Amino acid sequence: MSTAPMIEIAALRKSFGPLEVLKDINLKVGAGGVVALLGPSGSGKSTLLRCVNLLVMPDDGAIRVGDTSFTFGRTTTPPRARALADFRAGTGMVFQNFNLFPHMSVLQNVMEAPVYVRKLPKAAARDLAMAQLAKVGLADRAGQRPDTLSGGQKQRVAIARALAMEPRVMLFDEATSALDPELVGEVLQTMQQLAADGMTMLIVTHEIAFAREVADRVVFMRDGYVVEEGPARQVIDNPQTEATRSFLSHFHKGQTAG
Amino acid sequence: MYTWDFSIIYEYRWVFLHGLGITVALTAAIIVGGLAVGMTAAICLLSPFRLLRLVSLCFIEVFRCTPILVQLIWFYYALPIISGIDLSPVTASLIALSCYGGSFYAEIIRGGIVSLDPGQTEAAQALGMRPSLVMRRIVLPQALRRMLPALMNQSILQFKNTSLVSVVAVPDLVYQGQMVAHDSYRPLETYTAVAVGYFAILFPLTLFVRYRERKSKEAR
Repeated sequence: MSTAPMIEIAALRKSFGPLEVLKDINLKVGAGGVVALLGPSGSGKSTLLRCVNLLVMPDDGAIRVGDTSFTFGRTTTPPRARALADFRAGTGMVFQNFNLFPHMSVLQNVMEAPVYVRKLPKAAARDLAMAQLAKVGLADRAGQRPDTLSGGQKQRVAIARALAMEPRVMLFDEATSALDPELVGEVLQTMQQLAADGMTMLIVTHEIAFAREVADRVVFMRDGYVVEEGPARQVIDNPQTEATRSFLSHFHKGQTAG
Repeated sequence: MYTWDFSIIYEYRWVFLHGLGITVALTAAIIVGGLAVGMTAAICLLSPFRLLRLVSLCFIEVFRCTPILVQLIWFYYALPIISGIDLSPVTASLIALSCYGGSFYAEIIRGGIVSLDPGQTEAAQALGMRPSLVMRRIVLPQALRRMLPALMNQSILQFKNTSLVSVVAVPDLVYQGQMVAHDSYRPLETYTAVAVGYFAILFPLTLFVRYRERKSKEAR
């Protein structure tokens, strides 16, 4: 890659008590790149994703997103609340359980951060929010409460809410895992559109076919290590390590034909 | 055989009404004061700073584990001797009742905040909201709605607790009742009237709380 990567993770470590969840993780995502994190549950991929916007504070290593970088270690003091908030404002995140704000309308959900974090005037924030809702195909739901929406619609609102902050990167933490099977497609389609628009994306997913289709690189994790990484089709169609092969064998039947 | 004579109640109606007015005003003040104390104590309890948590916990337990009657007397008689600050009966009552109520409110508020899905806080943080903003815009509006029945129950107790301020000569409904009883030699009628006064205000409120509790259960 000719330009500097948008996301750069170096020698990252994280333990929860005696359990070491991330062991020396190194990862780069180029600007406009889409990287899928695959691996069995407990492999540390969600923790890694949460480290990228510092919802989980790493113990050791370095993280850079765009022009903001943080280093971690026993001697470094953790970032202050203000620096953390400013950093996260530019790092969109979509959760498995949507986490929409139930006491607000769909529109208010999307407007909330532009108004209170970016301090945009209400009218400008409303226009921005409506534009994002239109992008995910839910402009007509703006006045509804989140609990009146289907799971797929909720997740698309959550994507619009993150996009309204005009982030440099988007992080997806198993965005379709809580959805009924028939609702997965609409969310994946929204994500695919986002990738096509040139958004830098880091995606934790169990949708192997989607990863193969949309991601340009795949990172396979197990037990806190990156076991294998490379171009999406190469890793998924022709895995080099035994761990990757055995993981993918659960999915291969029929899902990635073609 | 005792003959009841409730006509004296009407004679002293302004004394009663004045007392009731003081009781209601006092209740309003200690609910506001108590909520302010309780909110502060609850936020301190959840603070990442150990010292704040410890101070808050000590405060809450001291006020929860001593009788409000003793606190009232202590603030009125003992505090001026220790600190040299003279408190009027009303001020001493306001402080004691706000702190007492606040210690109970604090536990309710803390519980309400903790019961909220941590995903709400995470989502707000991920959008770049700072902790104070997360609390104000996302956590508290949801948590307060959830704890409203419990807060109202505690406020009803607070209303009745104001009856104790008569010991430091604040002219609330009970105190005025005592005056009327002494004056009219009709304590039975007088205290019946006082009881009816409390009941007439609190009973509709308890019905309202029940209604809200049912509503919030349905909403879940």
